Amino acid sequence: MKQLKIVVLAKQVPDTRNVGKDAMKEDGTVNRAALPAIFNPEDLNALEQALSLKERYGATVTVLTMGPSRAADVIREAMYRGADGGVLLTDRKFAGSDTLATSYALSCAIRKMGADIIVAGRQAIDGDTAQVGPQVAEKLGLPQVTYTEEIESLEGDKLTIRRHIEGGIERVTTTFPVVITVGSSAPVCRPRNAKCVMRYKYARTTSEIQASDEDYYPALREARNYLNIPEWGVADVDAEDASLGLSGSPTKVKQIENIVFQAKEAKKLTSSDEDINGLIKELITAHAIG
Amino acid sequence: MANFFLDNKDLQFQLDHPLMKKIVALKERNFADKDKYDYAPVDYEDAIDSYKKVLEIVGEICGDTIAVNADGVDKEGPRVVDDHVVYASGTAENHRMLTEAGVYGISLPRKWGGLNFPVVPYVMSCELVSRADAGFGNIWGLQDCAETLHEFASDEINDEYMPQVCAGKTCAMDLTEPDAGSDLQAVMLKATWNEEKKTWLLNGVKRFITNGDGDISLVLARTEEGTTDARGLSLFVYDRKHMAVKVRRIEHKMGIIGSPTCELVFTDAPARLVGDTKMGLIRYVMALMNSARLGIGAQSTGISEAAYREALKYAQERRQFGKPIIEFAPVYEMLTNMQAKTLASRAMLYETSRFVDVYKAYYHISKERKLEKEERDEMKEFNKLADAYTPLLKLFSSEYCNQVTYDAIQIHGGSGYMKDYPVERLARDARITNIYEGTSQLQVVAAIKGVTTGVYLAQMNKYEAMTYNSDLDPLHATLKAMKAEYEATVKLVEERAADNSEYLDFHARRLVEMAGHIILGYLLLYEASERECGCVDYRTAANVYIKAGAAKNTAHRAYIESSTPEDIAMFRID
Repeated sequence: MKQLKIVVLAKQVPDTRNVGKDAMKEDGTVNRAALPAIFNPEDLNALEQALSLKERYGATVTVLTMGPSRAADVIREAMYRGADGGVLLTDRKFAGSDTLATSYALSCAIRKMGADIIVAGRQAIDGDTAQVGPQVAEKLGLPQVTYTEEIESLEGDKLTIRRHIEGGIERVTTTFPVVITVGSSAPVCRPRNAKCVMRYKYARTTSEIQASDEDYYPALREARNYLNIPEWGVADVDAEDASLGLSGSPTKVKQIENIVFQAKEAKKLTSSDEDINGLIKELITAHAIG
Repeated sequence: MANFFLDNKDLQFQLDHPLMKKIVALKERNFADKDKYDYAPVDYEDAIDSYKKVLEIVGEICGDTIAVNADGVDKEGPRVVDDHVVYASGTAENHRMLTEAGVYGISLPRKWGGLNFPVVPYVMSCELVSRADAGFGNIWGLQDCAETLHEFASDEINDEYMPQVCAGKTCAMDLTEPDAGSDLQAVMLKATWNEEKKTWLLNGVKRFITNGDGDISLVLARTEEGTTDARGLSLFVYDRKHMAVKVRRIEHKMGIIGSPTCELVFTDAPARLVGDTKMGLIRYVMALMNSARLGIGAQSTGISEAAYREALKYAQERRQFGKPIIEFAPVYEMLTNMQAKTLASRAMLYETSRFVDVYKAYYHISKERKLEKEERDEMKEFNKLADAYTPLLKLFSSEYCNQVTYDAIQIHGGSGYMKDYPVERLARDARITNIYEGTSQLQVVAAIKGVTTGVYLAQMNKYEAMTYNSDLDPLHATLKAMKAEYEATVKLVEERAADNSEYLDFHARRLVEMAGHIILGYLLLYEASERECGCVDYRTAANVYIKAGAAKNTAHRAYIESSTPEDIAMFRID
């Protein structure tokens, strides 16, 4: 069997979990400058599934991320944890993309890369839409398995996957190519590996090298091609301008409101029929339901 | 989201010490590995950068996993199931994380899967792990056993075991027995050659063995029948896969509870000889003990760091009489002294580690080629310094970590006595550091040689000849005066001990402490002169430490002057 090719979709996001006072701008948009840029947490869960498959069955793991130049950090981080390399999808024309335009751009790139298994985090913590993974699957015409907790096994051309559903766990099998989205209940990602860090610490994109004068080891870069992180633009992935960026994004943010949670009186209920009946009656009376 | 390496500027500074250039060049044989391994450094800057990046991984695991698990591990502890040890769940997770991070075998050569780091960054990893969980620090630090195998065992043994250590197999050093503690010459566990099975077989009992059920054990055993002293002892390596050693019990300890301390029963346990027979205690275990003592120095410094931080945080948050308690003189005095002791311990820890690094690198090079004369001389010199500094480090850092954790509880008041804050555990963990791997009293026995042979004095002279920032002149003058006082006191003791050798033993600790206050004082003076950083006030630390040291030395001198050889009889209990 030929080597399995896994592509992990990852996104660099503002760390919305550690929000300070200046996290939002006056106009209600996210103040990205005030928040540290991190690897989207559920994409790390997705990466772990890919690395675990690589460990068990052998595979190449490539990270695909779309973003500005500094999003190369995400690719390096993945390489430090065991990924073989990555591609940075970067072009001014991608700017302002909603989930539809993003998944279009990603699917063009995946088509070019070729992949047996595409793994992505369930959703990113900056938008929380959970749309990109499924949309990529649709655009590529591939089956999708969402809310994955663990890719249990690979036998022949069949993957067995345990997925989280409301009220329980479902075990499904699928052939590949397939798109798999992974949630935060999946195993956490392994730490950085010492040798990988030392091996890949000089991996850079061309724009990163041009933008700084810190390229100490051009000879290494020449001898070790994996230290060059490819950057692809619109032309590289044969995408159509009209489907990208703002023009390719039907979603328009009309308004963002700051919500201040107000503490309210709490009520403790047991699971007894009496308590539940009482609650339902109360909700009906308050016209909350019914 | 804590990183114990990145949040510790003082530790990071140690990697910038001028001697590191020599250490890296020796350890990397002028970067000979760079074309063979794509993770080997290509030059000095690259090497230091790699050390930092790998320590950053260790620091993150320490902050986010090991420290978080420490309380649970302390409560759960390890247990014996079917004659074998099962770690506390947190311990198992700690070990798994470090294994996945590929940092075991940090100091071992690349050909066996190691990272080939010098002793300095390895010791840093020990300090980081110990700050997170001192008990786990033991399991991590027992990698020293691999270092001993690397030094003395055959290629055949090393080819088998080194890759296993790099893959996360744990080690143990089985020395102590019920009747052989500080006095290891009394070891009785028997090793006999079995001609039929073509192997050595071990029979007997070991006690107080840290991580006694580890995968790879170094065992001190008696090969020479009829002998009763050190010359009959040899060192063996036992592989857990043989399942011929039973864990009879795990001791119920006061602290470092996550580290299983085992009583072991060897029954015809097959083992392989390390090096030559009869050299077990005399040569190999002595080397092993020296690395282990360096490890305790790291453990002690890590505990002090943790306790100081806990106490500082509490003192800033806790309010009494309308203000944070850190604003009260008795509290801030304690805190500043705690920090000075912690910084002094760390300065001594890495000064010693650097000495060990240079001589060990030469030692390994000497196995590959004949050393030039000046290389040989240098190896001897650094070996001598390492041997003289190691007991001083162990003595000072372990005593300081007991003092620092004691004060950390004091600053917490009644809350510190409860199990709700980590300082209570830290104080229990600290208590073993000045006992195991040689008690403080035994460190004095080793360190007094540094006093009588003049090694410490020569170092003081070397430090004195260095140039320091001129605004530190008054402090330097204090150190010079302390040296003169020390010399006079040593002379006095030697004169009085001429007819009564017990007089020297009686005052040995005082003399060693006097030397230590001066040497550690100089190390802090150097840091105050060289380092600038917003987060650590090196000038204050040097000032506080040297002034307190001067006062203690004067007290020691006064006591010694007033103590006649005849006085010793007052203390003897017959």
